[in-house]
Amino acid sequence: MGTSSTPVIGVLALQGDVREHLIALATADAVARPVRRPEELAEVDGLVIPGGESTTISKLAHLFGLMEPLRARVRAGMPVYGTCAGLILLADKILDPRSGQETIGGIDMIVRRNAFGRQNESFEAAVDVRGVEGDPVEGVFIRAPWVESVGASVEVLAEHEGHIVAVRQGHVLATSFHPELTGDHRLHGLFVDMVRAKDAPGSL
Amino acid sequence: MSTSTPQSTASAEAPATGTARVKRGMAEQLKGGVIMDVVNAEQAKIAEDAGAVAVMALERVPADIRKDGGVARMSDPNMIEEIIEAVSIPVMAKSRIGHFVEAQVLQSLGVDYIDESEVLTPADEVNHSDKFAFTTPFVCGATNLGEALRRIAEGAAMIRSKGEAGTGNVVEAVRHLRQIKNEIAKLRGFDNNELYAAAKELRAPYELVKEVSELGKLPVVLFSAGGVATPADAALMRQLGAEGVFVGSGIFKSGDPAKRAAAIVKATTFYDDPKIIADASRNLGEAMVGINCDTLPETERYANRGW
Repeated sequence: MGTSSTPVIGVLALQGDVREHLIALATADAVARPVRRPEELAEVDGLVIPGGESTTISKLAHLFGLMEPLRARVRAGMPVYGTCAGLILLADKILDPRSGQETIGGIDMIVRRNAFGRQNESFEAAVDVRGVEGDPVEGVFIRAPWVESVGASVEVLAEHEGHIVAVRQGHVLATSFHPELTGDHRLHGLFVDMVRAKDAPGSL
Repeated sequence: MSTSTPQSTASAEAPATGTARVKRGMAEQLKGGVIMDVVNAEQAKIAEDAGAVAVMALERVPADIRKDGGVARMSDPNMIEEIIEAVSIPVMAKSRIGHFVEAQVLQSLGVDYIDESEVLTPADEVNHSDKFAFTTPFVCGATNLGEALRRIAEGAAMIRSKGEAGTGNVVEAVRHLRQIKNEIAKLRGFDNNELYAAAKELRAPYELVKEVSELGKLPVVLFSAGGVATPADAALMRQLGAEGVFVGSGIFKSGDPAKRAAAIVKATTFYDDPKIIADASRNLGEAMVGINCDTLPETERYANRGW
């Protein structure tokens, strides 16, 4: 694992926009590497779950023996950040799961998949995110989910037109939108800080 | 239809749909995945259960289009809607080259991506559709870099190799992907003076040629299509630089479609791990028979369609 100053952050690389997250993390001063196997997961200080197809990612995670190690690490406090499909995978509950669709869990919330509609309804909008200083974040929403409801221990970081689109519960962060598709890496910076704080001597 | 320009970005006011970022960004989400041709809702569910990232709804897979002959057109809207209803993954559908009314119909049905495809019979032998006129993003085929950049200049948000669809023979997809990658590599070494002549030679806009030279890749996602029939074929295309694969006839023209589909998904993710590809290749039953491309008459080569 990395030192407290340069954390090693994995990007779950089963499917999705892995490359963009690797670039965003590197820009935010982390050592970034793809993770496809349990032994690779064991070597990272934090993990990003990218955008992609949540059904495909969860199926592959299950097939290749990653689901249980992922759950164990999230339970043990590894910082995780999920975007779009990643947000769905970090939800304790999906409102309308495909049969057999499993999640990793970690955030006490219920999510609705494709809640903002199909691709023709995909959109860009400015989003004010609590904890991100300065201008609003450029939110890119692609067949995006939203969060229907959250438990008491979940902090709502952003809403769009009355729907929750960014949340944090302790060491787990999730957004409906894709900061990795923009040049704005402040959310990745926030996540790298979360990993650094977790990793710092004396924390836990 | 959206009137927003592709370059528009988020403003503090109204949310913007149909921007270049949401169109190209959609394809980014498909990377590392397999997009499968399906002809009905039942096949679409098999594809989804096998881990497909999207399905391509069409009336006949390319192998049957070859066999049946005649004019191949956009699919019946009922059939496309049934597939949209059946699965939660994105649904793509094909329009004929230059048939912008078929594309308008597909957009109105709510498909997630339109493939302006050489597999269907072209409707216009000079012009492709103006893809900026649509909110729905387009994927287009290409055999070389110039063709890819001309499609991007027309608004395509994703590129795939053409390959030779419906043959079960990967040789043309390999040729097209190598050609595109080699031409990109060559551009990398060019200085500014040389890029103007390169643009002229590629018959592509200078700005796009310059962008590719700087990025070292296309400005949109590049998939492979045409002739993939086995897990090893899919992994080969990934190792050659495709960011994902389309599989057409290769799955539902084989002996055990569900098993083959799942195997190709595994091999596409672990494309650089021969052990996993070996395991995925075991006991798949009959692969589609396939056609040798060098016995295919020029007039029956779909890759020659499009300009």
